[in-house]
Amino acid sequence: MSEDVSVEELLRECAPQVLGSLIRRHGQFDLCEDAVQEALLAASQQWPVEGIPGNPRGWLVTVATRRLTDLWRSDDARRRREATVALQEEASAAGPGEEGGAPDHDDTLMLLFLCCHPSLSPPSQIALTLRAVGGLTTGEIARAFLVPESTMGQRISRAKKSIKTSGTGFRMPPLAERRKRVAVVLHVLYLIFNEGYTATSGDDLVRVDLTDEAIRLTRAVHRLLPDDGEVAGLLALMLLTESRRPARTTPDGGLVPLAEQDRSKWNADRIAEGVGLITESLAHSAVGAYQLQAAIAAVHAEAPSTEETDWPQILALYGILERVSPGPMVALNRAVAVAMVDGPRKGLDALDAVAADERMTEHHRVEAVRAHLHEMAGEPEAARESYRRAAKLTTSAPERRYLESRAARLNP
Amino acid sequence: MRFKISIYGNDALWGSFTEESFAALIAADAAFQRDLRESGELISAEGMADSGLVRVVRVRDGVRVVTMGPYLGGGEHLGSYFVVDCDSLERALELAAGYPTAGGNGVEVWPLLEHSGTTLPD
Repeated sequence: MSEDVSVEELLRECAPQVLGSLIRRHGQFDLCEDAVQEALLAASQQWPVEGIPGNPRGWLVTVATRRLTDLWRSDDARRRREATVALQEEASAAGPGEEGGAPDHDDTLMLLFLCCHPSLSPPSQIALTLRAVGGLTTGEIARAFLVPESTMGQRISRAKKSIKTSGTGFRMPPLAERRKRVAVVLHVLYLIFNEGYTATSGDDLVRVDLTDEAIRLTRAVHRLLPDDGEVAGLLALMLLTESRRPARTTPDGGLVPLAEQDRSKWNADRIAEGVGLITESLAHSAVGAYQLQAAIAAVHAEAPSTEETDWPQILALYGILERVSPGPMVALNRAVAVAMVDGPRKGLDALDAVAADERMTEHHRVEAVRAHLHEMAGEPEAARESYRRAAKLTTSAPERRYLESRAARLNP
Repeated sequence: MRFKISIYGNDALWGSFTEESFAALIAADAAFQRDLRESGELISAEGMADSGLVRVVRVRDGVRVVTMGPYLGGGEHLGSYFVVDCDSLERALELAAGYPTAGGNGVEVWPLLEHSGTTLPD
């Protein structure tokens, strides 16, 4: 039994490396993916019986390459091959020393860069990453995002097609471009995490847990780029945020704000790991937006209650975050910290400045924060009005329910 | 973000087509649906049967009362709708503007509530 589990885990870990290796050499996403699927299937049948080979990745690459050759021989594939000879040449020119085997991590990283190619839209990047790097089936991804399988299948095949026509994805981006490309990969992983974290409905039995998947993938990237502070920062941010999940919803799916969460339900292991990661990375790397957000989450995680939270430190961290990565959402969160340090009046003043940003007009979050600050200031009528306005502006069902119940609580 | 793109009309409007213009509309509608399917943004597309087949059900004192006709009488009613999942409101408006009858009667774009909640301010 334990043998089965370890074979399955090993295959999941090897799959993106093998796919990356094949794509780097042969440049054809679809065919390589089919070939890798067949090799994984063969391994899942043979390894539990015959034992795990000494070099599992090498075994898979050999078998997948053999299958790829078989696929190529079919007439249909031959026509496709002729169309991509140029790409193949480019791919093999970019990957010297194949026989000795390039380091595994280059293949996984290259595959991530490919799936998160800047020419793809975020939904396509997400779908392709989960499919090719995460090893999820199209059906699993579709259910996770609550869309029909045909819709998700279409997104994935369209993404592959657009990578093929752009033709630039099948090699490692030059070093000068790497930072930017890593940032796109991290953003995609962040979006996957957020989709999972904010989900309050859906059948857990059939929905893949996207937060677990995002954490698993970010861990893999952290292993590949251990010195990148932003990778460590994102992993820490995910762990610290995820630690609160057991406390952030009621059993019937209602939202519980941070101030009212039962902190004894927070996951101590995840907090310890997240705090460890962010402490280490802040000491050794140039500071970035994910690290700062993780640092803020760490301050919350270590506080026994809202009242006992080190708000001056949170305010200072938001100040740095605003310089590193300015934007209206950061300014909005900072306004909350201002209120906690200097009182709700000062918070409302800061909020007015945020509301003047045209990107934030009609944004429900501005009204939700305004409502909260009016409530803090002892102005229930103004608070009720703002909760109502926020409820009308949001398109999130659980959030609307939360905001309406807050408004109702303030009814005279 | 999910949106419902609805096409409204009435029998007078739908009965006013010539054979050619009706065929052109059907072809344009099919092309619209094909593009939407291929872009990976289509969740579902449905057309309403004739308004003469609509029933409204009410329960009065525990008794089921069924009447004929749309819930809202007179005027225009729903003809067909598309549910799309796309990147932004702007993209939904662009899709709606591409529907063949957008030039005439207009097309309604209604955001659907998401099942997930955005994170609350911390």
